[in-house]
Amino acid sequence: MHNIVTMARRELGAYFLSPIAYAVAAVFLFSTGLAFGLGTFRNGAESSLRPLFEFWVVMILVFVLPMLTMRLLSEEFRAGTIETLMTLPISEVEVVLGKFFGAFVFYLVLLATLLLYPILMSIYGPLDVQLLICNYLGLLLLGALYIAAGLFFSACTNHQIIAVLLSFALLALMTFAAEGLAQQVEGWPRAVLQHLSVRMHFANFVRGMLEVNHLVFFLTTCGAFLFLTVKRLEMRRWQ
Amino acid sequence: MIRAVNLTKRFGPLLAVDRISFEVERGGVVGVLGPNGAGKTTTIRILTCFQPATSGSASIAGFDVINDSMEVRRRVGYLPESTPLYPEMRVREYLDFRGRLRAMSHADRRDAIRRVADRCWLGDFIDRPINQLSKGMKQRVGLADAIMHSPEVVILDEPTIGLDPRQIRETRNLIRELGEHHTILLCTHILPEVEQTCSRTIILAAGRIVASGSPQQLRDQLSAKARVVAEVQGPEEGEVKTSAAQIDGVQSVEVSSSNGWIRVAIQPKPDRDVREELFRLTTAKGWTLRELRREGATLEDFFIQVVAKQQGQQEGQPVLDTQGGDHA
Ligand SMILES: Nc1ncnc2c1ncn2[C@@H]1O[C@H](COP(=O)(O)OP(=O)(O)OP(=O)(O)O)[C@@H](O)[C@H]1O
Ligand SMILES: [Mg+2]
Repeated sequence: MHNIVTMARRELGAYFLSPIAYAVAAVFLFSTGLAFGLGTFRNGAESSLRPLFEFWVVMILVFVLPMLTMRLLSEEFRAGTIETLMTLPISEVEVVLGKFFGAFVFYLVLLATLLLYPILMSIYGPLDVQLLICNYLGLLLLGALYIAAGLFFSACTNHQIIAVLLSFALLALMTFAAEGLAQQVEGWPRAVLQHLSVRMHFANFVRGMLEVNHLVFFLTTCGAFLFLTVKRLEMRRWQ
Repeated sequence: MIRAVNLTKRFGPLLAVDRISFEVERGGVVGVLGPNGAGKTTTIRILTCFQPATSGSASIAGFDVINDSMEVRRRVGYLPESTPLYPEMRVREYLDFRGRLRAMSHADRRDAIRRVADRCWLGDFIDRPINQLSKGMKQRVGLADAIMHSPEVVILDEPTIGLDPRQIRETRNLIRELGEHHTILLCTHILPEVEQTCSRTIILAAGRIVASGSPQQLRDQLSAKARVVAEVQGPEEGEVKTSAAQIDGVQSVEVSSSNGWIRVAIQPKPDRDVREELFRLTTAKGWTLRELRREGATLEDFFIQVVAKQQGQQEGQPVLDTQGGDHA
């Protein structure tokens, strides 16, 4: 536990010292701002944050989070710091969880900036706080899943670019393509693809519905990616 | 303190470490010597729990590197050969982070950082970001990290690479000092370093141990081969050669001339010293003698010889008997 906190703190510190993280944060703020300004916050538009959360933020996160997670492990492999790290009394699980929470806390900072939009909206009409909490819970789970997947790909390669491309590909597939693909096939593949469709699970949170099976989906897939990352890290030593 | 039994490491078809066994007692500095690609780093990575061996076992302070990996890691301070560090961190921050992961308390970390900053001369740049440091400074940060928790065993992979001559000397002194209280495994191909710091040397070549012993013992194995060299003036080369060859105890003679002086190199029979006889010869003949010395074998001679032997065997060639040859 102690080691996880130490590790997460270092990762968070590395983000605040890295130009990439600032660039990523800037892109996130700019693009969410654009989506809000053009899509939601205009005359005649429905007074709702739903399109912003349901589509734009998810889309932006698919691109932004892999850029945050790509360096987490591949940079350690590349620079060789994995050698000094893994010869300390720290386990693979602690390293992986530490890195995960480091990125997750940075993501929380990004999410906090999104609060600006509901606050702006509240000037014009009453705010549905319960809905907002539900949206945010969905975003937390979605981000956790994306970060875990990105971390896994970062553990697969020494090259950050490869890590980021693989993460984009998988997240885009799971988020946007799975639903469409499910229509093309029959039987159990359809069931699997439907179940893996991140947007379908996320949509419930955007609508303000809290259902256990969607919560379970996010927690299990996120856990599965973290597990694979640990295994990947353990495997690497045997090569 | 350190024990390796039949360690073997394969990378695919390549046999990097081939059934190595050795034992290191508590205290003292043990040097691991060997040419590039001998398997030094690979052996060290097995000992530090970074890479598991393909077969064989290793233990440090009685703890197995696989089964009690955490106990081993607690007791070892390790400086890898490329000194990897986090570039964006400041030196003090980095050492503090490492201290935390080693479960040192706040006060321990503060004291340890002060102590290693002093011992590894970090004072001038301890609050600077690591990416602004020079190679040698980074090397010192890595060394400080390896010893900050006062580990029982310190493993250093080429610690003086990239240091300036003064730092090299001070680092060697530091290693010797550390050897009084810790067990140190020092991996290097710098022979003077071994002669100056190590109480024992293990020589690796092509993944196997080809020799081991104190630097003195290794040199002694060769001193039977010490040559006697003299420079004389007067007669012609041929006469010097025949006269010298007649001395009792001489095995072979080589002569060469330069600037009017004749250089005689005599290889005596084992355990013979022909300096006195040679001196008597020159006075009897009335030659001018300007130099007479016995050329003892150096650790370098030994190193080159054993490594060449090993490589000769590998390639199925007859064993070379190089002496001071240029196989390095
Ligand atoms: N990760 C790896 N994958 C494949 N081969 C490797 C790996 N690491 C080392 N080797 C091979 O193992 C052999 C021993 O390498 P090692 O790094 O142990 O040599 P060394 O004695 O430390 O050499 P140097 O003096 O150059 O540092 C070399 O032939 C090297 O190519
Ligand atoms: Mg090496």
